[in-house]
Amino acid sequence: MNATTTAHLDDTDVEAFGAELDRIREEIIAERGESDARYIRRVIAVQRTLEAGGRVALLVSLFPPAWAAGTAMLATAKILDNMEIGHNVLHGQWDWMRDPKIHSTTWEWDALTPAAAWKHTHNDLHHRWTNVVGRDRDVGYTILRMSQDQPWRPDHLAQPLYNAALAPLFEWGIAIFDLEFDAAVQGRKTWRTFFGELRGLASKAGRQIGKDYVLFPLLAGPSALSCLLGNLTAATTRNLWSHTIIFCGHFPDGTQTFREEEIEGETRARWYLRQLLGSANIEGGPLFHVLSGNLGHQIEHHLYPDLPSNRYAQIAPRVRELCDKYRLPYTTGPLGKQYRQAWKRVLRLALPG
Amino acid sequence: MIATAWWGRRLARAAEWLTTPLLPDDYLGLVNPLWSASEPCGRVESVRRETADATTLLIRPGRGWAGHHPGHHLRVGVEIQGVLHWRVYSITSAPDSPDGLVSITVKTLPGGRVSPHLGRHTAPGTVLRLGAAEGDFTLPFPVPPRLLLLTAGVGITPVMGILRALAARDTVPDTVLVHSAATPQDVVFGPELRELARRKAALTLHEHYTRMHPGGPGAGARSRRLTADRLADLVPDWRERDTWACGPVGMLEAVERHWAQAGIAEHLHVERFRFATTPAGAEANGPGRVRFTVTGREADAAPCVPLLVVGEDAGVPMPSGCRMGICHSCVARLVRGRVRDLRTGRIHGEAGDLVQTCVSAAAGPVHLEL
Repeated sequence: MNATTTAHLDDTDVEAFGAELDRIREEIIAERGESDARYIRRVIAVQRTLEAGGRVALLVSLFPPAWAAGTAMLATAKILDNMEIGHNVLHGQWDWMRDPKIHSTTWEWDALTPAAAWKHTHNDLHHRWTNVVGRDRDVGYTILRMSQDQPWRPDHLAQPLYNAALAPLFEWGIAIFDLEFDAAVQGRKTWRTFFGELRGLASKAGRQIGKDYVLFPLLAGPSALSCLLGNLTAATTRNLWSHTIIFCGHFPDGTQTFREEEIEGETRARWYLRQLLGSANIEGGPLFHVLSGNLGHQIEHHLYPDLPSNRYAQIAPRVRELCDKYRLPYTTGPLGKQYRQAWKRVLRLALPG
Repeated sequence: MIATAWWGRRLARAAEWLTTPLLPDDYLGLVNPLWSASEPCGRVESVRRETADATTLLIRPGRGWAGHHPGHHLRVGVEIQGVLHWRVYSITSAPDSPDGLVSITVKTLPGGRVSPHLGRHTAPGTVLRLGAAEGDFTLPFPVPPRLLLLTAGVGITPVMGILRALAARDTVPDTVLVHSAATPQDVVFGPELRELARRKAALTLHEHYTRMHPGGPGAGARSRRLTADRLADLVPDWRERDTWACGPVGMLEAVERHWAQAGIAEHLHVERFRFATTPAGAEANGPGRVRFTVTGREADAAPCVPLLVVGEDAGVPMPSGCRMGICHSCVARLVRGRVRDLRTGRIHGEAGDLVQTCVSAAAGPVHLEL
């Protein structure tokens, strides 16, 4: 943590800052209702329509325009499923509707990793310990060195290569990461649990792969190969996109990491402060925000991980005003710039120091 | 026929491989909510005002509807401001009615959240979630030869389902209906009941009014609640009849006592309306005590101690995560009672809600499904 960014704030200021953020949360909770419910149902309807349309078009994908349209629709459907729908539903953002079909305890998404495994590593470990080195496994996903507080190892020299390879295979990376092999080795998780979760992953991944790379190509008959290629292209596009968005969340310039001793006795207000200092936004239009699961509002998402994502755009200017008032940084920038900076960090920290 | 059904099931199974991780129903329901069997729904076809505060909704049930027996009730889910609320209502229509509709009759409770919405603000076309028909307030088969139906107010609703089913048959058993209401105008289904009693010789209807205006028809003759003596006058052979009773709690308790004293408690069937929730706005009071329904444990709960900690101290295997209200790993189903959000002090919750145990404390007695 860079102590100079918060040196001008004493405990009272930080608590006042936290209280103002609590008030925003309360206001949104009081306001959310019918229009929010309509929003998520509409996104789900669009996603399912695109998916069905894409699948049908790819059945006749020997005809090139059908291939192009089908692949584009399927890629968009997979992106919507993972980003704006899956990630946010699994956060419990829509639990207040009490709809058993749109609920964090029942939702399953179009990704290799089972929803339950993701909820543990993401909602609990990452969101609770955001950017705390040694606690938040998302700081480098156990393979990359993304903070100077992480000790350098020679294998980090190859991390630009790992990261480039990770991007197109991102859903595999997440699936393996969610198994927490490291936790089993260190004894934080029993091997019995580990193998149980491995079986869960094998079953989920088996269904996913069977659907995309066996069943639908078989149904496509003469278009089998082009259907398979379309499915592979759609999945890879989704992987590249989600990797890009997620790398811009906590690694651009200005985002800070924290040491465990810095968060001892952390209050709720200081937790808010850490979420702010550890996250970076991406600027973009409404369509960009939907396709990125509103993670362009990464700061707001980290402050309020369980508020409906369609509200982040409304919250963002108010959070920014608070940052001005308390003279706190608010890291944001266009996608290209944020992505370059994340990559710069991957390259820089491949080297010692 | 059987082979077709078998192939149908095989086909549905195969389709699940194509829609995984979703169900084919999730796509069908998108086209028409009534096509989804995994989340059974019905569409309100028409709305009929019965009395000043009772409204009948005629509902076209979707593919997930498995039918009902006369006297059954069902859970009805309605979305109000984006939030799904469930309530239990008796089915007032006969099974297999020719129009294929299922009806419920809703009494609007002043200050309620759901019944005014269903009774006053639900238009034809509204889609409602439907639970399965259930309950044990049903007629046995074969139907007993002599029946007494004892109802008060909106307690007529399950009995109306029974009466309509009986009326649809060729032979109606010897049936006496004694119904209490405030005034003749307050008798839900009044015209239909009177017409039915005229048409079917085997059905005798006695209406009892608890509130008559002085000088009005029948003033002075009958007033206040139906008494045991009055019942014995109206139905001298009440002891020999199988009896179905539905009405307010006070009435049902009196009836149960009376039948038990006569030593014929086994002739009596009662239906209680359990309202799923404390009325909106009511503050839950009293000392906090948590019952964990799965493990059977119980513990006292201080007003500021999270349910998660209460459970852990009581040795209940509690799911948990961040312990600060952000990750939703710890959610558990509320069976009854209300909880206090420790972050805001707000008291909320109704039966069936999933609550975050790490930031919720008991507001009075609470049952959790853990």
